[in-house]
Amino acid sequence: MKPASFTYHAPATIDEAVALLGLHAPDDGRILAGGQSLVPTMAFRLARPGHLVDINGVAGLDRVERVGDDLIIGACVRHAAFHQPVLDGPLGAFLSVVVRDIAHYPIRQRGTFCGSVAHADPASEWCAVTAMLDATIVAQSTRGERLIPVAEFFQGVMTTSLEDDELLREIRLPIPADDTRFGFCEFNRRAGDFAIAMAAVSYRVENGVMTNPHVAIGGAEDRARRINDAEQALAGKPPGPDAFLAAADAAAAAVDPMEDHATSAKYRRDLVRTLTRRALEQAAQ
Amino acid sequence: MTDQNKKDITLTINGRDYDLTVDPRWTLADVIREHCHLTGTHIGCEHGVCGACTVLLDGEPIRSCLMFGVQADGKQIRTVEGLAKDGKFHPLQEAFMETHALQCGFCTPGFLMLATGILEKQPDISDAELEELLSSNLCRCTGYINIVKAVQTVRDKIGRDQMRTA
Ligand SMILES: Cc1cc2nc3c(=O)[nH]c(=O)nc-3n(C[C@H](O)[C@H](O)[C@H](O)COP(=O)(O)OP(=O)(O)OC[C@H]3O[C@@H](n4cnc5c(N)ncnc54)[C@H](O)[C@@H]3O)c2cc1C
Ligand code: FES
Ligand code: FES
Repeated sequence: MKPASFTYHAPATIDEAVALLGLHAPDDGRILAGGQSLVPTMAFRLARPGHLVDINGVAGLDRVERVGDDLIIGACVRHAAFHQPVLDGPLGAFLSVVVRDIAHYPIRQRGTFCGSVAHADPASEWCAVTAMLDATIVAQSTRGERLIPVAEFFQGVMTTSLEDDELLREIRLPIPADDTRFGFCEFNRRAGDFAIAMAAVSYRVENGVMTNPHVAIGGAEDRARRINDAEQALAGKPPGPDAFLAAADAAAAAVDPMEDHATSAKYRRDLVRTLTRRALEQAAQ
Repeated sequence: MTDQNKKDITLTINGRDYDLTVDPRWTLADVIREHCHLTGTHIGCEHGVCGACTVLLDGEPIRSCLMFGVQADGKQIRTVEGLAKDGKFHPLQEAFMETHALQCGFCTPGFLMLATGILEKQPDISDAELEELLSSNLCRCTGYINIVKAVQTVRDKIGRDQMRTA
């Protein structure tokens, strides 16, 4: 089908963009970023926004750079920007691995990191990565700027704590220590499909034992989140099959998996166990 | 919708400028087909799944059904009509014919533009990576093997510089 009519706005600055969004939000005015989720939704007529505020021409939103101990990702930074590491060290390498599982190459040329997080599909890779890294979401409106910890951001399937008049201006990923190890593993039936489940993990090894473990699960529940029980099973243990299996079992036990016509909760739980173990093994290599 | 809502834009398609007045809700795919009358770009699903609508936007393959025409104002677009030069097919078009990489041909413009975009950027792409990138588009006829072979043939026969000027 064809999208319904809307009024198109193409602001040049962040101030103009939030002013337009503030004005038109009551009329289902929305941000148009990469369009790779919004345009299909409009083509199905599941969404009929009265106004679209296109941020593709807004100056300064395409920056991806290190500021202090954070990697700042602006609202117009596309998935494709991560095909090559965006910074030296393990985080840049990790993001360049994860990005390959997002949709397909042409979709990655348009879709944005921040758009994925704003859209909050439970099976979005960037949602799992932001949850795993304890990212901070920066929202901006005519009322000012608001910093939202990722743990308070995702509220359910395609539901976030972003207000209708707020632009997700940037995401701040804390840059972990240089010896941090990362792993990522997902499962889907065809290349490019949304994943049925995924695991994103990181930890350090100090004096032979794992410290600061992070384990996030995406795709299995209605939102991506860190799994405390799995992390507890890793902390202070030497990296290896015993700890990895214990953490995988803990993750499988902790999740409350979604069900659909093709995928039972039990199957998703089994996937969580296997993917967590594989992601931890990958990090150990 | 009132004409007030329409926008004046200029699209550059295969080197030629098109001055248009577009309704913002028209996708780039529809603008190219209905308003520039270049019907080589096909529309299959209209929601980003099939890749039949793939065109090059400033050199990168994109889904033209997932972008509004108004957003392409001032951009360089290449479609399948721009591949042949001076009455000669592009090497990829030749290879698709020789390798039997099309049957009904519905998916072919999308695959040709996807492959053109990939090979111009990564002329020595590995087999594994090529297969992964080509998995972006759907073909209901060929079974894909011959499409992969056609693109591999061109990759192997021609170096980067020739691709650029082809
Ligand atoms: C065939 C196909 C397969 C896909 N597979 C995957 C996949 O495997 N994994 C995956 O993660 N994604 C996948 N996607 C989705 C893709 O990654 C999208 O790019 C992403 O979900 C949304 O980003 P966008 O920039 O395109 O946002 P848009 O489509 O422009 O916007 C999506 C929503 O978020 C809002 N929004 C966007 N940016 C902002 C902002 N800065 N501030 C406030 N609100 C904002 C919009 O108003 C809209 O409601 C797929 C898409 C397609 C078409
Ligand atoms: S028509 Fe655009 S992807 Fe199918
Ligand atoms: S040749 Fe018929 S769809 Fe590909």
